[in-house]
Amino acid sequence: MTRVNLVLLGILVVCALSLVTSRHDARRLFVELEREQAKSRQFETEYNQLQLEQSTWGMPARVEKIARENLRMQLPAAARVEVVDTTAKRAVP
Amino acid sequence: MKRADAAALALPRFRAPALFGVIGLLFVGLLARTLFLQSVDNDFLQEKGAARFSREMELPAHRGQIVDRFGDALAISTPMKSLWAFPAQFDATPAELASLAGVLDTTPQKLKARIAADEGFAVLAKQIPPEQAARAMALKIPGLNEQNEYRRYYPGADISAQIVGFTGDKDAGQEGIELAQQAWLAGKAGSRRVIINRRGEAVEDVAAIRAPQAGRDLALSIDSRLQYLAFRELKAAIDKHNAKAGGLVVIDTHTGEILALANWPTYNPNARNKVARDRMRNRALTDVFEPGSTMKPFTIATALETGKVRPDTVIHTEAGAMTIGTATIHDAHAAGPLTVEQVIQKSSNIGAAKIALSMPAETLWQTFSDAGFGTPPRTGFPGEVAGRLRPAKTWKPIEQATMSYGHGLSVNLVQLARAYTIFANDGELKPVTLFKTDGPVAGRPVVSAATAKAVRRMLEMATLPGGTAPKAQVPGYRVAGKTGTARKPEGHAYAAKYVASFVGFAPASNPRLVVAVMLDEPQGGVYYGGDVAGPVFSNVVGAALRMLGVPTDAPVDNVVLPPPGTEIREET
Repeated sequence: MTRVNLVLLGILVVCALSLVTSRHDARRLFVELEREQAKSRQFETEYNQLQLEQSTWGMPARVEKIARENLRMQLPAAARVEVVDTTAKRAVP
Repeated sequence: MKRADAAALALPRFRAPALFGVIGLLFVGLLARTLFLQSVDNDFLQEKGAARFSREMELPAHRGQIVDRFGDALAISTPMKSLWAFPAQFDATPAELASLAGVLDTTPQKLKARIAADEGFAVLAKQIPPEQAARAMALKIPGLNEQNEYRRYYPGADISAQIVGFTGDKDAGQEGIELAQQAWLAGKAGSRRVIINRRGEAVEDVAAIRAPQAGRDLALSIDSRLQYLAFRELKAAIDKHNAKAGGLVVIDTHTGEILALANWPTYNPNARNKVARDRMRNRALTDVFEPGSTMKPFTIATALETGKVRPDTVIHTEAGAMTIGTATIHDAHAAGPLTVEQVIQKSSNIGAAKIALSMPAETLWQTFSDAGFGTPPRTGFPGEVAGRLRPAKTWKPIEQATMSYGHGLSVNLVQLARAYTIFANDGELKPVTLFKTDGPVAGRPVVSAATAKAVRRMLEMATLPGGTAPKAQVPGYRVAGKTGTARKPEGHAYAAKYVASFVGFAPASNPRLVVAVMLDEPQGGVYYGGDVAGPVFSNVVGAALRMLGVPTDAPVDNVVLPPPGTEIREET
């Protein structure tokens, strides 16, 4: 009888200790999860801002302004355009 | 001594049981109270407790983006933070308050006023950038909280403002596609219940978090490059001719997608505090005008379809005046006999009227109605109008005559552009849409392919020398189209104010784009559709076809303008 009790006591101690460890683990993992979630939110924010920036910088109005003013580009006059006929080889889209 | 103690200890016999009884009763009382609190009063107490330490926090959902056909953002939400405080818990030293005011670009007095204004909940800063909020939170002022929110940005600003629309409070769409597609774009806000501590900080989640559900993205049929091009050219023409308003629509003839839809006047949706509602209207869809001569091709197509005339049938246009009942209609430039082709090329009112009067009113009405006049274009835009096409039964002969050249009925610009897909598509009317579509869309046949081809030829003639719109020509591409110069009705008479328009398509050999241009009240002497709207069509269609990589169907030196000084005669 005493032996059985001792064994049960041993099991109880082991269980108690493992409970302590797993509680600790759970808490640690929760903190980690929170941290990762915060990071993901931060990345989402950044991604959104980058998208916004990309679409703002890439607006045709701005691209044209830079092309015309800074790069001094212009459309060639019709007389200076040479048309190469490629329809013979390629299907019309 | 010992004896005396023993005597003192001889207590009354009932004393112990009595004490036990009293203590027992107290226990019973306590037990009863516990039972009462746990059962009867439980709900009330739970509520009180929750009110003291737990808070429901809303988690805003990300609203879907509106993008153009290539995925470039036209409306995008970015996270912002709002700062708020429970005034009861807000406790800042004067120095802290001053530095908080510094971070928020305000004064300590204003902050104090805001906190004093509301006992329960005071918003200290609305929608500030996350970095700024982080700096404010770094001050660690008790009772100061932050909340995630979203702000809507419109990179297209004034260029696509009327299509996209904008959102108002609580991310609800108020205008345009933002309004029409609210259910698709809006997410579902989530919530979390947290325990807060004495300082008002969230310390623990209770219950499960209801995660916010993000909204879905929406792809429009708009091509940002063409949209900008359309807007730029429309704006330039409006400035040049001092027009009151204008619109420009570009439709893909294969799919019926609206590739560009520009409006003037416009506004910037990112800063719309003091914008008149008038500027927010998408005139191309919500406003109607009398189309004028741009209706003539439909009259001619009906007559060709019934077999009344052939393209080379000669019509006598009298001497520039024709009396119907008590009214007289005019051609400002008398032209003598004209073939049906020339009626379109020279835009003769009398020619169109005579052809129209040779048919029953119902036949003409049927074509107009099949071409989509009198019914809303169903692009998916809120508030689009149907225009006015009265039932054929009520037409008097003079009305039948004027309707043949576009007076006495009203249309919106998108309707007009859509109707021209009939001639661009061998007789099929394509449904138009503002949303991205994949592949060609089936149309509804309105006239036969032969009729459509014949009208196409006449419309091409109109853009060649001898026609009303030589300025609509494009280097490298054959184009076809019709001018419209309509006097505006005011009250019961027509005023000396005009609507100049041009509707056409290109390349004429295999049409890819339909473009409709309309300028309202051009000033300064020039008001003919061919002079005002024609060049806009030319610039937009030429650049658009190049951008889309459509093969040229004419040599680049194909543009032949009439000699300088030649008067281009066009009816109004």
